[in-house]
Amino acid sequence: MSCQVMLSSMGEGMLRTLAIFFLTILFSMPLGMVVTLLRRSRFKIISGIMKVYIAIMRGTPLMLQLLAWYFGPYYLFGASIRGYRFAAIIIGFTMNYAAYFAEIYRGGIESISAGQYEAAEVLGYSKTQTFFKIILPQVMKTIMPSVTNEIITLVKDTSLAFALAYNEMFAIAKQIAASQTSFTPYVVAGVFYFVMNYVVAFVMERVEKSMDYYS
Amino acid sequence: MVLEMKNIKKSFGDVEVLKDISLAVDTSEVVSIIGPSGSGKSTLLRCATFLETIDSGEISYTGTPAVTTGADGKAEYVGPAELRKAKQHFGLVFQNFNLFPHYSVMKNITDAPINVQKRDKDEVFAEAEELLRKMDLSHRADAYPCQLSGGQQQRVAIARALAMNPAILFFDEPTSALDPELTGEVLKVIRQLAEDKMTMVVVTHEMPFARSVSNRVIFMDGGVIVEQGDPEEVFGNPTQERTKQFLKNYQQ
Ligand SMILES: Nc1ncnc2c1ncn2[C@@H]1O[C@H](COP(=O)(O)OP(=O)(O)OP(=O)(O)O)[C@@H](O)[C@H]1O
Ligand SMILES: [Mg+2]
Repeated sequence: MSCQVMLSSMGEGMLRTLAIFFLTILFSMPLGMVVTLLRRSRFKIISGIMKVYIAIMRGTPLMLQLLAWYFGPYYLFGASIRGYRFAAIIIGFTMNYAAYFAEIYRGGIESISAGQYEAAEVLGYSKTQTFFKIILPQVMKTIMPSVTNEIITLVKDTSLAFALAYNEMFAIAKQIAASQTSFTPYVVAGVFYFVMNYVVAFVMERVEKSMDYYS
Repeated sequence: MVLEMKNIKKSFGDVEVLKDISLAVDTSEVVSIIGPSGSGKSTLLRCATFLETIDSGEISYTGTPAVTTGADGKAEYVGPAELRKAKQHFGLVFQNFNLFPHYSVMKNITDAPINVQKRDKDEVFAEAEELLRKMDLSHRADAYPCQLSGGQQQRVAIARALAMNPAILFFDEPTSALDPELTGEVLKVIRQLAEDKMTMVVVTHEMPFARSVSNRVIFMDGGVIVEQGDPEEVFGNPTQERTKQFLKNYQQ
């Protein structure tokens, strides 16, 4: 196999990896916020369900969760799972990361002093205004370092999609390495993850800087 | 009467913190509330500003009831829309300022008038500049709270409350979080407001200030008003034993 062929098939894998990465971010970050808000609900049943959900997502391996999301419909309902692989991966990643993001958001929201809510209330802000104008921007700032960590973990976690025999970059690297008895694909894969994390760190640093105007 | 509170009772769990307190404040009146720690001064202000819910009693602003007595004798709050209207009558200045750290001084002052009261932007900004001038902070309009001293932050907080054009302004120990050398600048601003005939209720431990600035002093202890009246009377010639004791401890 020529170097070019290897790179082009790995390139395809990279696109799939990037797709998993961006779709997971896109869905899990807002979903995490919904989970946090429900987790803080005054209805015990709702907050209880969210607690259990978060505990399961954080207490079991992501790889196992991916297998459950993919094969679950077949074993539970005998449903056909053909053509469902990619969706299962995105659902699995999203549900898992939403739980982690929810906990990060919760920490951020709890770090805001009661005085901020009270000042807003006395000034007549509605609950929605208070959350979006006063609380959320401050939460964003405090949680940014944890969010960066989580996103960097996600870059590396994307390789877990190979558990569902999905041809993302790492799976392809393994196949080529095995058939060619070459270590090169792994080096290429390593460089790819490294560069991607470097970009993530760079972007997140810029985002954090943009919030540096106050402390 | 700008504010009328009648027979206010408030408990936290089994502990009754306000025991049947009544307080009426007239236009342009400056009322100081003094008393030992835990006597319920903050709780009274928090009930007046709806940050705490009273158990029984009545509250009305400028004659319009906000809390009335229901058939069961318990306090009954008016609906959300009317409560929002009632809130427009007062402002509250906190001990630790509670400015919004992510907003500049100018935005701290103008945001609620623009986005809550929906007032005209140009008008609000013009008024805010005037307020900043009064607070001697014109040069810090673009600063963020973290760049200001405690005294400056508290003056911004006062401007923020005034920008809502309240009929009455409550202060809960406005200088207690400040270094001693910074209390003067805040007290000076409050004194100026008193001269401008702003209606105010000030909880404070600054006895000389309370004595010189207020029309009426209220001494609270154990959730009741023990004594109230003209500051010269209360400070110079208290009638109640508990008041005497408190003032004596304070002078030491
Ligand atoms: N949210 C609360 N839950 C339970 N108890 C409370 C709460 N807020 C106040 N208390 C209690 O109510 C009593 C009165 O408190 P409050 O803060 O009104 O006193 P204060 O006169 O303002 O005292 P200080 O001079 O120390 O500010 C205290 O015993 C306090 O512990
Ligand atoms: Mg207090």
